[in-house]
Amino acid sequence: MQTGLDFSVIWNNMAHFMIGRYPSGPIGGLMLTLYLALIGLVLSFVGGLVLGLLCVSHNRFIRYPTLAVVNVIRGIPLLMVIFWMYFLLPALIGRPTPENWTIIMALTVFTSAYMSQIVQAGIEGIPRGQTEAALSTGLRPFQAMVHVILPQALRNMIPSFVNQFVSMIKDTSLAFIVGVSELTHVATQVNNRTMVYPTEIFIFIAAVYFIICFAFTTLSRWLEQRLAWRRAI
Amino acid sequence: MIRFEGVHKWFKKLHVLNDVNLHVKQGEVVVLCGPSGSGKSTLIRTVNRLEPIDRGKLIVDGQNLSDPKTDINKLRAEIGFVFQQFNLYPHLSVLKNITLAPIKIRNITRGEAEEQATVLLERVGLAEKRDAYPAQLSGGQQQRVAIARALAMKPKIMLFDEPTSALDPEMIGEVLQVMQGLAHTGMTLIVVTHEMGFAREVADRVVFIDFGVILEEATPEEFFKNPKHERARLFLKEILSPMH
Ligand SMILES: Nc1ncnc2c1ncn2[C@@H]1O[C@H](COP(=O)(O)OP(=O)(O)OP(=O)(O)O)[C@@H](O)[C@H]1O
Ligand SMILES: [Mg+2]
Repeated sequence: MQTGLDFSVIWNNMAHFMIGRYPSGPIGGLMLTLYLALIGLVLSFVGGLVLGLLCVSHNRFIRYPTLAVVNVIRGIPLLMVIFWMYFLLPALIGRPTPENWTIIMALTVFTSAYMSQIVQAGIEGIPRGQTEAALSTGLRPFQAMVHVILPQALRNMIPSFVNQFVSMIKDTSLAFIVGVSELTHVATQVNNRTMVYPTEIFIFIAAVYFIICFAFTTLSRWLEQRLAWRRAI
Repeated sequence: MIRFEGVHKWFKKLHVLNDVNLHVKQGEVVVLCGPSGSGKSTLIRTVNRLEPIDRGKLIVDGQNLSDPKTDINKLRAEIGFVFQQFNLYPHLSVLKNITLAPIKIRNITRGEAEEQATVLLERVGLAEKRDAYPAQLSGGQQQRVAIARALAMKPKIMLFDEPTSALDPEMIGEVLQVMQGLAHTGMTLIVVTHEMGFAREVADRVVFIDFGVILEEATPEEFFKNPKHERARLFLKEILSPMH
């Protein structure tokens, strides 16, 4: 019977936690978690921007369908989206998709819906007079959006984007159900192999997620203050 | 230059413009006045279709604003608009505020646009502020930049919606002077203002509107000396001696 915690299992498997079986196998562990989150962030930034712009379109045949799609996605759990992608994506493109891309697409679709709401609120938060001023100089509505509204709106949205990114890092842990060897999956593997250290392993994993997310949240708060200061001059 | 023919507009049930007929000739300076909520802003904003009209006909620079074939963006480039709240772009420097539209629309190089902007800034007395941001300027300076921004498109018409109402009293003069300078260049101006001194000195015509109806159109001398309509008389009394 074991007493106390023995963290040597962490040190002995540190490389595995951090980079998976790389370089002899594919990259995994924390690096894969960050990779998934980063690609997901870039794609869902683009997705959220496009969806957000469609949501504020003056054409209701564009606006309402987009809003409907966004709200449907927001109304279902991420796990469902992952299952959809797992079964749907191969059927759609006619060949098997790598699991990494299953999870990236799921995260992108899911997070884009939330990002689009941030974008929409950001755009609507810019005073109407800005658009009117831009239009009155002869800029087309799209130019007014790109050169006048979005630069201001995006600046205000940075903290919300960082928060979404933090959520996304945590959400990557669901990738383990489709067998993607990111941090959580690696942890279950190590746990299955060593059998007797589940507490140590999952305390460690939780700490890693916490530290990463806390770092980004702090960064976001710092950015927020800096921007508030910039706006005050 | 600008011709309203039987123009009506409603906000839901509110009849904001009621059978407006008005003809502003090229080079004319028209001051529009009337009580709060009478429809002055709405009227002036119809000229560049920031507010679309519901009935009647509005011809600006030979183009019918209700005609779907009218390229409104192109027409707006010929019409400068100055807002009560300035509406400068806070994320851009003074120079970029002014050069944005000319570069994007007039297809001129950044260098040319900046040269023009510098000339305009000199004209409004703010040459040394070209690299400042709007938040670093006083209200009067912001409004003068806003005028320079509108002028950068070399418009044929300038519209002013209460350009001095949001300013501290000591800054009103500097803005009015710039506007007076414009009037002397022969540009067509419509100015919504309660600055009766400006109306008296600069305007060719004063138009008085109440409840969306044009009640009186007269030269400044006529209007101030002998307003025909009872409501215009009351309005003048309020404006000229608010404490009675
Ligand atoms: N977008 C809008 N939607 C609904 N009602 C409006 C809108 N804009 C203006 N109104 C109403 O229309 C009327 C005329 O407004 P307008 O702004 O043209 O008046 P104004 O003469 O410019 O007044 P002020 O001197 O206060 O600026 C007011 O009763 C106002 O409340
Ligand atoms: Mg008004």
